[in-house]
Amino acid sequence: MWRDAMLVAGKDLRIEARSKIALNQIAPFALVVLLLFAFALDPDRGFLQEATPGLFWIAVLLSTLLVVQRSYAVESADGGRDALRMTGLDPAGVFLGKSAAVFVVLAMLEVGLGVGVRLMYDTSLRGWPVLVVATVAATTGLVAAGTVYGALAAGLRVRETLLPLLFLPVVAPVMIGGTRAFAAALDGSSGEAWRWCGLLITFAVAYVALGMLLFEPLLEDS
Amino acid sequence: MTTNAQVESPGRPRPTEDRLATTGSRCTRVLGVVVLLMLAMHLALALVISPPEVIQGEAVRLFYLHVPLAVAGGYLGVGLLAVGSIGYLWKRTIFWDLLAASAGELALVFTALTLLTGSLWGRPVWGTYWEWDPRLTLTALLFVLLIGYRAMRTASTDPHLRARRSAVIGLLAAADVPLIRMSVDWWRGLHQTATLNPLNPSLDGMMLFTFFFSMVTFAVLFVWLLVHRFRVAWLEEQVADRALDEAIAQRRAEGQETQ
Repeated sequence: MWRDAMLVAGKDLRIEARSKIALNQIAPFALVVLLLFAFALDPDRGFLQEATPGLFWIAVLLSTLLVVQRSYAVESADGGRDALRMTGLDPAGVFLGKSAAVFVVLAMLEVGLGVGVRLMYDTSLRGWPVLVVATVAATTGLVAAGTVYGALAAGLRVRETLLPLLFLPVVAPVMIGGTRAFAAALDGSSGEAWRWCGLLITFAVAYVALGMLLFEPLLEDS
Repeated sequence: MTTNAQVESPGRPRPTEDRLATTGSRCTRVLGVVVLLMLAMHLALALVISPPEVIQGEAVRLFYLHVPLAVAGGYLGVGLLAVGSIGYLWKRTIFWDLLAASAGELALVFTALTLLTGSLWGRPVWGTYWEWDPRLTLTALLFVLLIGYRAMRTASTDPHLRARRSAVIGLLAAADVPLIRMSVDWWRGLHQTATLNPLNPSLDGMMLFTFFFSMVTFAVLFVWLLVHRFRVAWLEEQVADRALDEAIAQRRAEGQETQ
């Protein structure tokens, strides 16, 4: 299963390294979102610094949708999905591999967004350890849920509109947990931030487990 | 599924036709009458017989509608949606798929009504239609999850693909509810507003009785609606199957004519 996961992750990351869609299109999109938040909230009154945790995670959430859609779009052409199914790879391994590839891309985007809010919103990033743990846990939950829901919407005529409707309400706990953990860490109260990390880790573990279990019926069809 | 369409004469009714052509049976008609009687009694209890509450006044009567709707939709509906989804993934029969679909649809209706009655209750008692209370937030998210489930059911016409993916979504939605519950509880933990506690011993006896009677009434109502919704879905499947069988029989007949 781990070997299969490595194979699938390697394949997806190689495609990304050659096509550079995340770098050339999704990262600039995330930057535009940061700019739009500045237009929506007055940059002179400190709203942006106060709202940084929420804005950061909304930008991440919107980018996740694009990365997940891209992850399945690469397989929709030329019967790639059927080919993947016929390779006989372990479904749990395929799930872990696709999740891992999305994780790597998303983690790089998050670093970029972190630099973005530091520079553009002038937010001082405090409490590094808890910020990193919260980000890793939240990202794991997001990519696990995203990979499952991406597979659910893949191949349907309405996939672009169905995916956000299915995915966004489900990751509400990540949005709440990530935002609260960041807010607490930036305020200097890391004790509360760790408590939120607990919620994020619970979510991540639950979705990784569910994804490994449920990916098999999802790989069966088109 | 019927596969013997071409050997039967078109005029002869199939043995199962009469039983399947309606969504009602003697049992459901009795159940329907019981539901109507219970609803009439529920109305009398909630609107006339039970006294107004000390703090909320007459607004408490909305609770006899709001809470049972929430319990029937949230617990019965989502519970059966999860059971149907797991059943389908395990047994792979259309019965479980249709059970999940019917329960999911009714849960959506009940949850929508829960939000509506909650807002109407909130206006006089809290002074606002919406409050970021954990329960309200949970209900709103549940509502959106159920809309997502419904969207999946209309997203594909392939019955097997639809059943499989819907089952996964139903299962995930049900599994997500405790996580959402935990997160919104923590999120709004400090702002928790007092609500009616049915086990509060100081509650008037008649109010307590009305409260529990309303729970039972709406649970029975839910079951009654579920049986009918399930049978409508079942009949739709039969019609689709039969149309396909007849189309195949016609093509075969055309083939024989040309030979």
